Amino acid sequence: MKAEAEEIRGGTPALKDSIPVVDTPAVGGADHPRRRRAVVTVGVVALLAAAPLVLAPYPVSAMTRMLAFAVLVIGVDLLTGVTGLPSLGQAAYFGAGAYTAVLVGIHITADALVQALAGLVMGLVTAAVTGWVAVRARGIVFLMLTLAIGESVHQVADTWSVVGGSNGLAGMPPISLFGGPSLLAAGFVYWWVLAVAVLVFAAVALVARSPYGRTLRGIRDNEARMRALGYRPALARYGVFCLAGAVAGIGGALWAQQARFFSPGDMAFEVAALALLSVVIGGAGSLWGPCLGAALVLLVRDNLSASIGGHGPLVLGVVFVAVVFLMPRGLAGLTGGRLRVVTRARRRKENPS
Amino acid sequence: MATHLVSVLNGLAMGSLLFAIALGLSLVFGMMDVLNLAHGAVYLVGAYVAVALVSDGAGVAPFVLAVLAAAVAGAVLGGLLASLTRATPHHLDQALLTLGVALVVGEGLSLVFGNDVHSIAAPEPVAGGVTVLGETYPVYRLLVIGFGAVLAVAVYVLVERSPLGSLIRATVADRAMVAALGVNTGRVLVGVFAAGAALAAVGGVLAGPILGAQPGLDEKVLLLALVVVVIGGLGSVRGALLGAVLIGQVQALGTALLPEYASFLVFAAMALVLLLRPAGLLPARSGVHA
Repeated sequence: MKAEAEEIRGGTPALKDSIPVVDTPAVGGADHPRRRRAVVTVGVVALLAAAPLVLAPYPVSAMTRMLAFAVLVIGVDLLTGVTGLPSLGQAAYFGAGAYTAVLVGIHITADALVQALAGLVMGLVTAAVTGWVAVRARGIVFLMLTLAIGESVHQVADTWSVVGGSNGLAGMPPISLFGGPSLLAAGFVYWWVLAVAVLVFAAVALVARSPYGRTLRGIRDNEARMRALGYRPALARYGVFCLAGAVAGIGGALWAQQARFFSPGDMAFEVAALALLSVVIGGAGSLWGPCLGAALVLLVRDNLSASIGGHGPLVLGVVFVAVVFLMPRGLAGLTGGRLRVVTRARRRKENPS
Repeated sequence: MATHLVSVLNGLAMGSLLFAIALGLSLVFGMMDVLNLAHGAVYLVGAYVAVALVSDGAGVAPFVLAVLAAAVAGAVLGGLLASLTRATPHHLDQALLTLGVALVVGEGLSLVFGNDVHSIAAPEPVAGGVTVLGETYPVYRLLVIGFGAVLAVAVYVLVERSPLGSLIRATVADRAMVAALGVNTGRVLVGVFAAGAALAAVGGVLAGPILGAQPGLDEKVLLLALVVVVIGGLGSVRGALLGAVLIGQVQALGTALLPEYASFLVFAAMALVLLLRPAGLLPARSGVHA
């Protein structure tokens, strides 16, 4: 993979000194590390799956929320880390998926799979409808546009009576699976959310190492060259934006299935900001790092928050500033380099050597 | 018809405030490519300064005092943000830094002032209404419209007709060249950052009697300012003015005519402009105008 990345970058001396980029950890190297990685992956999933057997219901539902949030964060990472498009608007598609799941749950069926698929489709459609505005821009302007989209969708949810306005939507019945009984115990919901989260993780990891994923990384590193090689960066960027929207939609559906309630507050600017923070803490471009970041961020927001009078965001704001200064490569950067998304893209645009 | 006139006037008042707020955001972005996500938080600091200093039925003096105090607080915050963002050369990191500051400031304000919705009274002499074409309209809002007009002229003269303005425009156009001519561009940047933040905080005080002060208002204002900047064109003073007037009207008329979709209309306006003019209506970089 490294060699291929070099190939895409080409041998221009000006680009040689660029900072190494974190590739998805799933991308294989030699046989031995790959086997070790497989063992670690299976071990982590097994540990996660065993959690409800030993933990009380409250920590289990907290972990369910973390997993659902991690799904959102994976989508943000697909944009920010893999494609180099830092997004602050993913909460919009998270919310679209969640509201859809709640509405499906109330009016149509309690089947969790149908709800999750409906959330996926709604996230995809919302991203497709709004995304074309954003993908025309890059870097900080992209950040700005996604923020505007996210806030607009949030305000629509806040005022639209169909989705309950600022009160949100309550009264979603408990989920069931394949026509079975309602999953009332926190552990069963957790297992369902874990299964979907693992699936999404695997799917995104596959996309990231597919030829399409390589195209995306090529766009991140040097869009002009990709275009010269005959790729269509605009189309690829739009595609990944829709994909990230679909992933966020699933995340929202999972979140709603756990909470059985969704309000505009759950898709506010803060959620998008925390998702981006998770990616930055974890290390953009790595997939496992941001998931770890997501767990950490929710832990601080929901648990530490209570002990300091509900002012968790205060801590997270300080964390934000500290991470940028002290840990510019994130958790994943402890083993590798971190991409410098915006500056590098811009530097190359200015002197396309 | 007269009710629509009230909406148009409301839109103009909102546009004046948005111009004051978006100007700093636009210039800072044009100069150093820094997206200041703490701009809304600076605005909210101004609003809460007004909450602290202006009591109901107060005269003009406390209000003027609040404006001055907010300007100082905004300038200090802006200077702090400028020096923070200059510590890291990467634009994404800079945006994240300001986002962190925004969270800290927002939570700090809700720690001090609580989560209640505060309303701020207009100063006593202008608290009443005046009859405009058969409709009663608050005098204060007319004054805000006047303030917007004065500010627009003042900024135009400052940026387009003064030596300092030519320095600012040159720094937006080509910072390295200005630095090569022996100008300390760092000081220009910090100065513009501080001035823009001061203006946003003053906007917070002036918007107090219209929008009040509450947690979460910072994000709404930041969103509107961002849309104004995107519509007008990044780094452009005229663009900020045009965008602010447009969004003010879209907001006010939208709220009056289609209340369900008012927030959606703002986004639709932005999408429409970006579809037709991807660089905004009056972009700065092609020819460096104010």
